[in-house]
Parts: sequence; C-alpha cells; structure tokens
Amino acid sequence: MKLDAGRLGAVVRKEFRVLLRNRFIIGTMTVLPVIFLITPMLEIFRLSPDVPASIVLRFAGSTFLLLLVIPVVVPAAISAYSVVGEREQGTLEPLLTTPLRREELLLGKAVAAFVPSVAISYLLFALVIICAQLFASDPAVASALVQSSQLVGEFLFAPLLAGWSIWVGIAVSSRASDVRVAQQLGTLASLPPLVVVALIDLQVLTPSVTLAVAFALVLLVADVVMYRVVSAMFDRERLLTGTQARSRRSHTTVA
Amino acid sequence: MKTPPRSTGAPWFAKRQMGFGFRPATWQGWAVTVVALLLAIAVVIVSRSTKVGLVGLVGVVVVLAVYQLVAALLAGRIRTGPVQPQPEVSDRPARHTAVAPPSVAPVTAYVASRPGGNTPSSTADPPALEVSHLTKRFGERTAFEDVSFTIASGEVFGFLGPNGAGKTTMVRTLGTLIAPTSGTAVVAGIPLTPDNGTEIRQRISIMPENPGLYLRLTVIENLELFAGLYGLHDPRPRIDRALEAVNLGPRGRDLCGSLSKGLRQRVGLSRALLSDPEIMFLDEPTSGLDPVAAREVHDLINDLRRRGVTVFLTTHRLEEAERLCDRVAILNTRLRSVGRTEELRESLFSRALVVETATPLDAPDGVFNPSTGVDGWRSDDPTHYVLTIAEPRAAAPAVTRALVAAGADVISIGEARHSLEDVYLELIDEDPEAARP
Repeated sequence: MKLDAGRLGAVVRKEFRVLLRNRFIIGTMTVLPVIFLITPMLEIFRLSPDVPASIVLRFAGSTFLLLLVIPVVVPAAISAYSVVGEREQGTLEPLLTTPLRREELLLGKAVAAFVPSVAISYLLFALVIICAQLFASDPAVASALVQSSQLVGEFLFAPLLAGWSIWVGIAVSSRASDVRVAQQLGTLASLPPLVVVALIDLQVLTPSVTLAVAFALVLLVADVVMYRVVSAMFDRERLLTGTQARSRRSHTTVA
Repeated sequence: MKTPPRSTGAPWFAKRQMGFGFRPATWQGWAVTVVALLLAIAVVIVSRSTKVGLVGLVGVVVVLAVYQLVAALLAGRIRTGPVQPQPEVSDRPARHTAVAPPSVAPVTAYVASRPGGNTPSSTADPPALEVSHLTKRFGERTAFEDVSFTIASGEVFGFLGPNGAGKTTMVRTLGTLIAPTSGTAVVAGIPLTPDNGTEIRQRISIMPENPGLYLRLTVIENLELFAGLYGLHDPRPRIDRALEAVNLGPRGRDLCGSLSKGLRQRVGLSRALLSDPEIMFLDEPTSGLDPVAAREVHDLINDLRRRGVTVFLTTHRLEEAERLCDRVAILNTRLRSVGRTEELRESLFSRALVVETATPLDAPDGVFNPSTGVDGWRSDDPTHYVLTIAEPRAAAPAVTRALVAAGADVISIGEARHSLEDVYLELIDEDPEAARP
C-alpha cells in the first residue's frame, strides 16, 4: 500500500481546521476530561498524612483509571462523526472523487482525532502530578502517583487506548446511517479495553510489568487489526448509494 | 474499441498480498492466514512446551514470509528482471508539477492548452472516453443498461435524461466511485478496472450536483484541501485562477457557510477546475445559478472546449445542452440516442416548410404538390400550412413561385425548426420505460 504524504497531510490539516472552528467540539473535548478529574483533585487536598498506605494506593489506582478513561472518551465522538458526518454534510462524495485513497482518508481522520486526545490525556496527567507534588498534604500521595509503573502505563496505554477508540469509532461511522447512532455506538464500543484497567484498579488483577506489557501488546495488535477491518469496511459504493458493491474486486474496495 | 482487461490474470494468491501491511482480499488469502495461525495455536496448546511453541510460531512466520515473497514476486512488486513499462499509467505528462504564472489570468486563459485543442479531436486521436455495454444494477433495480458511446478528446458531450434515468450513476461509475455490474470503459486512456481508480481520478474531476463544501472553512481553505488531494505544488496561483474563472476572487476569504447556493455552486466549479483535468464531469453545473452566473458558466465551458478539455455535462436545461454540446446522449436506463442535435432532429422528424398567408388559399392542392417538391401538407389554421418536403433549399423557391402564381398574399415562408426539447420529448415519450409510474 502506497500512502501519499501530501494527501494524508491535506486531510489532517482539513480535520484540524474543522475541529478548531467548531467551538462545541473543542468545548466537549476539554471540559469532559476536566470534569473527570474533579474528584481526584479534591482527594489530593483531602487526604491527610495519617491515611493508611493502602488507601493512598487505591486512590492512585482510581486516578490512574480515570486518566485512562480520557483517551478513550475524548476521541470517540470525533471519530464516530468522521465518516457519517461527512456523508450527511454532502462532503464525502467530492472527497471520494479525488485521487485520495481510503487508507489516506482514514489515517488522516485518525491522526486528527489521535493527536488532541493523547495531548489532552498527557496534559491532564501532568496537571494531576504537579498538583499532587505541590498541594498534597500527604507526601505519600505524590509518590504513589509518580511511580515508574504509573508513568509508563499512562504513556503506553493512553495512545493505544485512543487508537482503539478511534478505530472503533470510525468503524461504526463507516456503517452507521445517522450521526447520533454512530456517536452513541462508538462511545459504547470503545469502552471494553477499560475493563482490564478497572480489574487492576479493583485489585482483581495484580499490576505488574509483564501484565502491562502484555496488555499493551494486545492493544497494539487490536489497533492494527481494527485499522485493517475499518479499511476493508470502507466501501465507497455503499457510502454513496447505500448499496454494497457486489464484487470484492470492485473499485470501491480497492482505491 | 479496446476491451480493458478485467483481471490481471495473476494467480489468486498474487492478486492481493497478505501479512504485515498486506490485505488478503480473496477468500483463499484469508484461509491461508487463518489456517496458519490456527496451526500455530494448536502446536502451542498440544505441545504445552514453550520451546516447541516457539518453534511452531517461527515455522508459521516462515510459512507466511515465503507466501508473501511468492505473492509479491508474482504480483510484480519485487522484480527479478528488467522493469517493463506500463503505458496506461506512465504516459501522462507531469502536468501538476508545472508552476502556474504568478499573475491572475483572465477567464479565457484558465486551462493550459492541450495538443489538439480547440475542436473535438480527429479520429486519429484516442478518444477521451469509451464506454462499451456498460450496465449498473443495484440488486433488482437497474440504473442503466447496455450503454455504449465514445467521446472524442476535447468534445463537450451532453448527457440528458429524466430524473432516475441513471445519469448521476453513470458519472459516478465513470469516475470510479462505484463499480459497474458489467461492461467496459476506458477513461482518459485508462481502462476502468479496480486497480486504476486512483490513476483515473488523478486525470479527471467531477463536480457533483451538490457542491459539498466544508461550511466552516473559507473558500480558499476548501480549495487548498483539494489542491493537496490532487498533489498540486504551489497551489495558490492555481487557486487564484480557479476563483477568478468563476468570478469569485474577492470572496476567497469568506466562509463557505456564508455564501448563497449559487456562489457555493461556483466554488464547486472552481474546485473542479483546480487540477487541470483531462475530462470534467459536470453534474448540473448551472443548477441554482442566476442567468448571469449561468452565462458565465457557459462561457467557461466554451473556454474549456477551446482549450481541449473534454466535458461530460449532465443537465436538465435542454437549451443549455443545445447551445453548449457538440453531441448529446439521451438516456432513460438504456441509451435512447446519441448524436449531434441536427442529426437527432433529422432522424426523428421529417423536414418541413411552414407557410403563412394573409387569406386562406382557394386550392392548396394545386399549389402544394410534387411538382413544387412538396410530398404532403397539412393545415392547423386556415392561413397556416405545414409542408412535408425532402430538401428545403430546393422546395422553398418552387413553393414561393407557385404561391405567387396562385395570387396568394404570402406573409412568411421558412423551414420548421425542431428544438432539442422536441427531440428529447419525442424520444422519452416513445420510451416504454418512461411510461412507468
């Protein structure tokens, strides 16, 4: 598969421009994660130095979980809108008349959703760490949050979870006939990977480097598989006419 | 007409590569992958030994690698011999890398002249578009069936038909947006095959009926996107010229959402001009435009014709087609007729002279008879006569002399003109498909 960097870049630029012009999307992307962090931020101030270590660790775990919800939730709405939204606006057909390959279109949309989602996740993670370092009454809170495993986990899982959420969203968007349905299904379908994180938080699974690496590998494979699935599902003919191409060797499934 | 190959003739496992970054598109490719992976899992489970499991996994990887290597070799991705030229892809001049003049060009200088421009090309030139027995069905519904026509390079070709006749589906099919059910086509010299989609779309442009603009972006931002998608280097001069061509230069920084429908239509047209296409498919380009703007679009199409660009125009405005098109095709699921407007008129209607006199003639049969070149006559009005004739230039003087000799006061005499609308209605009315509810 040959990807043209110019075409890919054109799609990414367009997506960023459209995102930045839409105050509602920008607002949702920033406000929602901040709401997620209200409770942990309050906890940072509330926890006193005499709190048992187990509670501090539990707090760190739940904060970690909340921080990993952000890269899942933030891109879900954008990616779910990506294809069906273009179709509803009538902008999909002109795009498809150009030499743009479907992989370039999909990757361009994915990159445009991926970059802000991961950036917001990292920024908020950094914000929590800084707040804990500066304002926590219990020094153990800061040290519990700044464990190397937590840092590695956040930096490793945030992009992988965002990737999963994006590809699931685009997959749903490629098949859905309505933006609202796509956004609801996309958000719902992006949540399953969080089960593992929740199990760790609930201490059903014991966190370890092996588990983290295994989970990361599984997520990586899932991301690649989803990209391939979405790419195969993107059918120009069905998107334009509502009818699936009969032949596997049709133009719609190749270019 | 050359029949484009529907298949490369390569073995099934070479049609699509598989593995990392590969896509097995045939069911056999998937089967090989699944069986290999299942074998690996089975080996690991049965052996219950890490060493054996690892050996099994390595074995699977080797099998897949060999498979990919053989597939890539057969598909031509890895070449072991001299590279063979592929004329249908590589013979195009690198037009998009040309740097446009920095100044804003007038409308009449928009598109770079092509060799053999100005008029539809001679028969020696390859046609811009060849369609042979093309059919498209959506399940039980037939969009169009057994359609064949050829369009010369530089020709403005009108595609007419009632709503639901299959015009837009034809444009989408030739634009590689949807796949034909059967039949063949060659677009801009490239066979319409699955693997040629990107290459064909690089050489053509399509302006859909709905311009489909990003309303939150400015006009220039919209055009920048499409310039990027067509791989245009230094796009600003081209964008400026495209906007000037549709008289939208001063509105370049306006948000598309703030434009009227007519102005959006013009932006869509300027977008279609951006890539300097060999063939432009214009789907109702004057829809929603006021008469002045429509006239500007007509001028632009005439300019494109002079510059040698082939235009495929679908329209409901028959006078527009008659004025602009070298030839027209009338489609109603099946192709009803193709030809120059004059040819269609002559094939459908007998030629006639229309005579108007001040008072009714006493003996019309004595005046309108074979000796004056008249094959027959009818009168819808006592002073109004329609004469069926074979050759107007010969019959008109003879009829005039006969009328004068008969003492008739002639008010007018002239050849009856049938418009394209008459042709269209005649063809559509006699079509049993049109009678369907």
